[in-house]
This record gives sequence, C-alpha cells and structure tokens, in this order.
Amino acid sequence: MTPGSYVVEVIVENKPLARDPEGETIHQNLILKGGYNQVTGVRAGKLLRMKVEANSPEDARAIVRKLSDDLRIYNPSAHTIQVRVVG
Amino acid sequence: MGKVAVIQYPGSNCDLDALEILRDVVKAKTDLVWHKDLTHDDYDAYVLPGGFSYGDYLRAGAIAATSPSLRIVKEATEGGKPVLGICNGFQILVEAGLLPGAVLRNSSLRFVCTWTRLRVETTRTPFTKRANAGQVLEIPIAHNEGRYYLDKEQVPELERNQQIVFRYVNEKKEATEDANPNGSIDNIAGVCNQKGNVMGLMPHPERASIPVLSLDSQTDGRVIFDSMMRTLHGPGA
Repeated sequence: MTPGSYVVEVIVENKPLARDPEGETIHQNLILKGGYNQVTGVRAGKLLRMKVEANSPEDARAIVRKLSDDLRIYNPSAHTIQVRVVG
Repeated sequence: MGKVAVIQYPGSNCDLDALEILRDVVKAKTDLVWHKDLTHDDYDAYVLPGGFSYGDYLRAGAIAATSPSLRIVKEATEGGKPVLGICNGFQILVEAGLLPGAVLRNSSLRFVCTWTRLRVETTRTPFTKRANAGQVLEIPIAHNEGRYYLDKEQVPELERNQQIVFRYVNEKKEATEDANPNGSIDNIAGVCNQKGNVMGLMPHPERASIPVLSLDSQTDGRVIFDSMMRTLHGPGA
C-alpha cells in the first residue's frame, strides 16, 4: 500500500476482427513503402493517460478500469482496452 | 396533438434543418430544445439531429451520450415513444446503448458527402411505416465516422429481430460493396432497437425532404417524417 499519485494508461483498440483502416494505411503507405518489411501489421488506437490519486497501483488501475466501463471510455461492441499503471 | 422535440447538443448543426422539415413540411408541433433544458419527458417524440457534439472527442457521440437528456430519452423509449437519431444523433443513441453496435471511422478514412440509395428493410418502425418494404430511397450522407459495426455473428440476430431498417444498395437494389460508402458491416445504414420505436441512421432524410435540396427534386426523405406523423396522429395524418 503506497498512497499517492499514479499514472494509468488506457489503450483503446478496435477488436481484432474490426478493420482498422488507419493502421492499415500507416502500415502499407508509410512503413512498407519506407522499406521496413519486417513489420507485418499495424493497429492504430487511442491512448488516454490519467493521473490518479489512489492507495496503491492496484487501486489506481481498478479505478480506471471501473470508470472505463461505467463511462464507456470504449464501446465494447467494437473495441478492446488495456489498462496499465506506468508510473 | 403530438409534440416533437429536436434536441440540440453543443455542436449540432442539422438541428434547424430537422426543425424546418418537421414544422413547415410535415406540420408537426415541434420545439427546438437545448439538451440541458430537457428535464422532463414532456414530448411525444424526440429527434436527435446531425452535426457534431462536444467536438466528437473520444468517439462521435460518446460524450453527448452522458448528457442528462439521454435519461429523459431513455424514459421515453421505455414508454414506447418514437425516437429518431440522424447521423450524430444516431451515434449518440448507439453510444448511449439505446441502439446496438458501434459507429466507426469510414473505411476510406475520408469524410464522405454523397447521395446514397437506401433499401427499406422493414416497415415496422414508426419512421418507415409509410414506406414499402424493398422500396429504395435516395438520401444523402455526410460523415467521417459512419461505418456501422458489430460482431459478424450478431448480424443474423439483428436480421431475425427485424432491427436492420436500411441498407445501402446500388441502382439494382443490391447491397454490394460498391454501394457501401463507408465500409458498414453488411451495408447497414440504419438500425432500430428490438421494440422498433428507436431508430438511427447515418443518412440525412431532412436533406431530401423538399424539392429544392434534391438532385432531381425528389423528396424521398419525407417518408420518414410522414411515417412519424402517422404514428403520432393516426392514419389520417
């Protein structure tokens, strides 16, 4: 238990089966054209970085996970999220 | 006498168009209501107009979906009242969970502004009851986030429940890839809830309801508002 201020990131991505034209365009028209053939796929998403007052990193993560569900930070019909404490 | 509210959000810009069609063309008693002023379910039908809302930050419609006005709209839908979402209004209804699925960025990554053909898939909604099943309506779209999405395996369920109201089609009435302007799954342009009283669509019927706005003076969009009038006032309307 270390009360304090934590930095929590939420990464919102389209579900794997939902096409991601932005990622496809970055891959095909920038990365592959630039000669980086080692890159076999790109998915674009959205990153939200939140500063959270909490009792522990686990609490901070749980708060952000809950708000992401409650306030529909993502649309579960089309998106997945990852929530991670980075600082 | 049925009374309609067009709900105005910060960024709505097709609100006055919808108001004009409702008031002056189909002669519905209609108020333009700022979303924060909608505190009671005092109307008989609600229209969420097109445009933007809250900069469409996070996702189109996502922030407006948390407006207290949506609580009133939800209450109205539970009572069976007709609710229509056009473009951003559709996105808001989806984000508020009143309609299924999600509306994502166009597959072309471009803002698309063009005329489309819509095939009427069901006439059971208050907004299509004066149309004929299979009828094609020419109605324009103008959006950047119009790609209707839900998991592929959910499409048959939507179909079974008669929740798919419009599909983009070609001149032969076929739902082809070429006729799909934004990459929507299964060419879906508009859907309704299970009960059928809440409908949302990306195209703008209010832009195809008076002859001067159309390419060939047709008014195909009117049938949506005429249907709503019949729902509010009975067959004589």
